[in-house]
Amino acid sequence: MNRWIACAALALAATTAQAQAPVTPPDELVKSVMLEVADIVARDKEIQGGDRRKSIALIEQKALPHFNFAGMTALAVGPAWQKATPEQKQRLAEGFRSLLVRTYASSLTVFREQNFDFRPLRMKPGDTEVTVLVRVLQTGSQPVNIEYDMEKTARGWKVYDVRIAGISLVANYRTEFANVVRQSGLDGLIAALEKKNKSVEAPAAK
Amino acid sequence: MSLRALALALTLGLAGGCATTATDPRDPFEGFNRAMYAFNDGLDEVVMKPVSRAYKAVAPDPLRNMVRNFFSNIDDIFNGLNNVLQGKFLDGWTDWARFAFNTIFGVFGINDVASDMGLEKHNEDFGQTFAVWGLGDGPYLVLPFFGPYTLRDSAGLVLDWETDPVVRARPIDLRNSLIAARFVSRRTDLLDASRLFDEASLDRYVFLRDAYLQRRRSLVYDGNPPREPRPPE
Repeated sequence: MNRWIACAALALAATTAQAQAPVTPPDELVKSVMLEVADIVARDKEIQGGDRRKSIALIEQKALPHFNFAGMTALAVGPAWQKATPEQKQRLAEGFRSLLVRTYASSLTVFREQNFDFRPLRMKPGDTEVTVLVRVLQTGSQPVNIEYDMEKTARGWKVYDVRIAGISLVANYRTEFANVVRQSGLDGLIAALEKKNKSVEAPAAK
Repeated sequence: MSLRALALALTLGLAGGCATTATDPRDPFEGFNRAMYAFNDGLDEVVMKPVSRAYKAVAPDPLRNMVRNFFSNIDDIFNGLNNVLQGKFLDGWTDWARFAFNTIFGVFGINDVASDMGLEKHNEDFGQTFAVWGLGDGPYLVLPFFGPYTLRDSAGLVLDWETDPVVRARPIDLRNSLIAARFVSRRTDLLDASRLFDEASLDRYVFLRDAYLQRRRSLVYDGNPPREPRPPE
């Protein structure tokens, strides 16, 4: 009798645990985040007018939780990542993260009035890595592909690379970072990232 | 004046090419390319960008859409030919159907009615056709006025240019106006992208080069290039 109760309790516990942490499928995650961000941008005059602080806050809040920044940084830095100290790794990841956030934030206005075409995801049940394809339609131009490379983690699906019109963000940074590391080492790369972030942060003079 | 500036840039570029050791096997003429890049960038900063910004400020969105559509429609003729040359006959017919519908029902192409009908726009050129025929990229080249290319795509550009209906338009005054208008329209569409490049890159030259090479590869494979294996972290 007791065993029955124990089993029932276990089964119940298992189902509630599952119910508490449902893993959102990657394509639904991308769709809901993109539509939410586009909706906020469409309704916020300050963001449309180029309010950087607000744009950055929006990205930090809505998009960032779905990125695996440590993984992205490791991929972009390449083999040199293995030789980095934990402190260097942390500063690299922080520098890269804020560079991407700032860049992303300044292109937020592009999201307005966009016509998104969310493509159906081809995914097998056991897959732990997928690519989610969203196409942006514009009159008189070929649709632009945005591809999110995502991996399944304990904390849900996370983006580890974004390809826009076939240009991979991580691959593009890889050569750039490798050049800096070859010339001035990992500390040189950290310094270059921090300098770049400062210059972007400063109000545009142009 | 511009010729002299070009000659100077070329000389500097060649001198630079001797001085620096190129680090990337895809870019053996890095010194020359960097000089051309600086020349183009200067020209862009002084002429093209201000003109494009003014155009964006003055012309309302619907008008700019019409201008983009007009030139885009002309492109569909050779998009179609290149698709046929690459063996993609269905895509080629789609491009020519687009041209027919947009020219007739879209009033000389200023309305992209074909896209609304579900006939999708493609992006093809002779450089891509050569690639499909098996020609490799060749070295990366930054051409004065034209910007990033590869040796193969430069050869494609010569054919693109020779066959371009806008370039063949006469009288010369009309041709020049059309070329200028098309250039401004395209540069204006890239204003956001070029600012993004300014902000995202540590070395803009390298960033632009890699983005160009990745973009071309993607175009050659019509958006589905074979994936390179994910490198170990």
